[in-house]
Amino acid sequence: MSICTTTATTQVDLTKVKPYGDALNDGKVQLAFTLPVPYGEEAEECAKQYAKKLGLNEPNVAYYCELTKGYTFFNVYGSAQATIDYTQIVVPKVEGEVLDRVECGEWIGENIGRDIVVVGASIESDAHTVGIDAIIQMKGFHGHFGLERFKNVVAYNMGSQVPCEALIAKAKEVNADAILVSQTVTQKDIHIMNLTKMAELMEAEGLRDKVILTCGGPRISHELAQELGYDAGFGPGKYAEHVMSFIMQEVQKRGWEKKVNIADR
Amino acid sequence: MKSKLNLDPKVVSSARQHAANIAHDMQEFIDRHTTVSTERTIVRLLGVDGVDEVDNPLPNVLVDHLKESGALPTGAAYLIGNAIVQTGKTPQEIAEEVAAGKLDLTKLPTCPQAEAAEALKPSIKATFERIDAQKAKRKEYLETIGEGPEPYIYVIVATGNIYEDVIQAQAAARQGADIIAVIRTTAQSLLDYVPYGPTTEGFGGTYATQENFRIMRKALDEVGEEVGRYIRLCNYSSGMCMPEIAAMGALERLDVMLNDAIYGILFRDINMQRTLVDQYMSRVIIGYCGIIFNSGEDNYLTTDDAIEAAHTVTASQFINEQFAVLANIAEEQMGLGHAFEMDPNTEDGFLMELAQAQMAREIFPKARLKYMPPTKFMTGNIFKGHLQDALFNLATVWTHQSLLLTGMLTEAIHTPLMQDRYLAIENAKYIFNNCRHIGDEMEFKQDGICQKRAQEVLAKADALLAEVEKEGLFSTIEKGIFGGVKRPFDGGHGLEGVCTKGENYFNPFIELFKDHK
Ligand code: B12
Repeated sequence: MSICTTTATTQVDLTKVKPYGDALNDGKVQLAFTLPVPYGEEAEECAKQYAKKLGLNEPNVAYYCELTKGYTFFNVYGSAQATIDYTQIVVPKVEGEVLDRVECGEWIGENIGRDIVVVGASIESDAHTVGIDAIIQMKGFHGHFGLERFKNVVAYNMGSQVPCEALIAKAKEVNADAILVSQTVTQKDIHIMNLTKMAELMEAEGLRDKVILTCGGPRISHELAQELGYDAGFGPGKYAEHVMSFIMQEVQKRGWEKKVNIADR
Repeated sequence: MKSKLNLDPKVVSSARQHAANIAHDMQEFIDRHTTVSTERTIVRLLGVDGVDEVDNPLPNVLVDHLKESGALPTGAAYLIGNAIVQTGKTPQEIAEEVAAGKLDLTKLPTCPQAEAAEALKPSIKATFERIDAQKAKRKEYLETIGEGPEPYIYVIVATGNIYEDVIQAQAAARQGADIIAVIRTTAQSLLDYVPYGPTTEGFGGTYATQENFRIMRKALDEVGEEVGRYIRLCNYSSGMCMPEIAAMGALERLDVMLNDAIYGILFRDINMQRTLVDQYMSRVIIGYCGIIFNSGEDNYLTTDDAIEAAHTVTASQFINEQFAVLANIAEEQMGLGHAFEMDPNTEDGFLMELAQAQMAREIFPKARLKYMPPTKFMTGNIFKGHLQDALFNLATVWTHQSLLLTGMLTEAIHTPLMQDRYLAIENAKYIFNNCRHIGDEMEFKQDGICQKRAQEVLAKADALLAEVEKEGLFSTIEKGIFGGVKRPFDGGHGLEGVCTKGENYFNPFIELFKDHK
């Protein structure tokens, strides 16, 4: 009996990664999609050919059914051929160290020597407040307290459907160090439009370098935020301590310890 | 019917009495006030429609004209009636002349109130003929092609394009949906006018316009005839134009409308005075037209915790019920809302959900309870999400809920794709069929987890209502008791559109709509 190897799999080649089902490099992928074609054997064949064009070998239409006249739903398995070089992947991440709530408060006391002021809102057409509340409100989210619970931090929460102009006016009024923008609705890229408007207005008001601009939401990544002209972006699984760690270190980097007023920065 | 949860009927009637007192207290305020949106509703019901050359809806043009001349307290009914007497023109012609700047309603000679009221009668009669024809049509459909069994399967369409919505809606009806809700585009609720004509661009939903209502109504009648089931149409009588949209729903035969006395205040920051006055006008219309209203208690649980704040949902259901009683809405049209929104990691969470749903059914036995699926704790893990929805479907059929807002496995990701809706309806039908009589077979253990939980929530709701009665609804909302959201009496959107009624004021529609004979 010599067909028995000692390990289940051979070593992963990280320069050529592909999906894993139950054996290395089997490429197993599952897809669910609808085609606007009538239900029938031609539909099944169409789905198979489509999967092949997507780069799946041996596509198996495990299930298909009619959704309504002219539309067919498919559940397809296949073996993907494409590979990715994992060793070359670069994901921009928010710089600096992440401290917890108590540490943040102490760090600000020691290193900044004054309160850090932030203003947050869910802007323009967006009525979702739970995200920005999770960051600012005392009770926080999933056991992570919000900024109102932080020492040496003063946070203003303007709620939802706040026009960019109003958010900027508030930031000026209270001499905010940072602005926190939240966006939840992403249909037809409305979040991109709203976030861009905010960044452009900041620019137009000459505030872009004088206030730290951050954003967050379920579809926000740091990379997207940077592309849109923000200093940092925070997605799911990010809490008050993440954004405050970034802001306080940024305040120090920019030398704003004594520059309480926006006009002095 | 004997309470399976061993609820004390004395606590139920005490809670109901507190709610009745709260609603009565508010009604005095409501009766003294009107709003721009209420006046625009009157204008629409008098037959005014269309837009001016810059797309301002004529009802807005006319009511803005009154407001700017300080005549809002006199109200549109008197001033239009008077204009008919003085000029002999129809309300539509009068509105067009106002829009063209040719007529100032406040500069005309004035007639006695009774004469103005008399002059409105032909327009009012025409409107009621239209509405009554729509009611008759619904009745005819229900008697001929019939309807699906409860729980009605309610799904949303939200493509932003009314014509695409039609394709999605008809597909859903063929898959088994009983109710199609066309979700409104982001932020329409804050527009102080109703857009005009068919629309093809919206974000996360489609504009509610009278023309869009008409397009969807026709599509659902067609598919209803095809599948042999009346398909109900739902939209939103909420936001700044709450009563106007109710009027449009009456004219275009909507069957279900989201309409809540408090939702707009908490979740859209609409001024509380404005919302309470508007909800009354909208509800008398809804009551007359046989429309089922859906209240929005489920939303409290998106900003507050479903376990801790369960009693606020129950308390709000009592309040919504009593506001509906004042608007003369039949119990069968009360789609009181609640939701399956507990953290799925909770031990015995399903038992608490079951207790809450059964309790709602027992307290409001004839209401068309609207049950909202898990939303807040849905994640990108669609496979687990499908299971969360399955548990929700089980609670629904077990406790005889009426309207099932069908949970979508992709809730945390996007508004439903055609295939999401199919999978969701299949999930619901599978469970409904396999468990059709589970609620009749199973009983709750004496003093067990479910009974105790329900009794506790009911007692807390009763205590809260007692507090609200003492405090008044306005100041309760100011304190943030519902949904954990605080709103000031004089804050929020739309306050500038509220005024106290003046001397010659009358609204001919309230009494007519409240009289269902
Ligand atoms: C609750 C909820 C509502 C509530 C909101 C109540 C409230 N006061 O917020 C109500 C019922 C009002 C509502 C309304 C609508 N909703 Co909604 N809603 C949701 C729901 C169920 C949960 C969202 C939520 O609260 N998540 C919890 C929070 C904590 O998560 P989060 O926002 O991602 O925040 C975290 C991070 O992203 C980050 N973060 C967020 N913001 C920020 C900001 C900064 C600066 C930082 C540092 C971090 C940060 O920190 C948080 C903690 O980690 C989702 C579905 C879902 N399960 O996701 C739909 C959902 C978001 N809603 C949706 C839609 C379409 C709407 C409506 C537009 C529907 C309509 N047409 O009327 C309306 C909104 C109208 C409007 N004008 O915006 C869609 C969005 C689809 C899309 N991708 O665009 C979803 C996905 C549902 C769906 N499948 O259709 N909704």
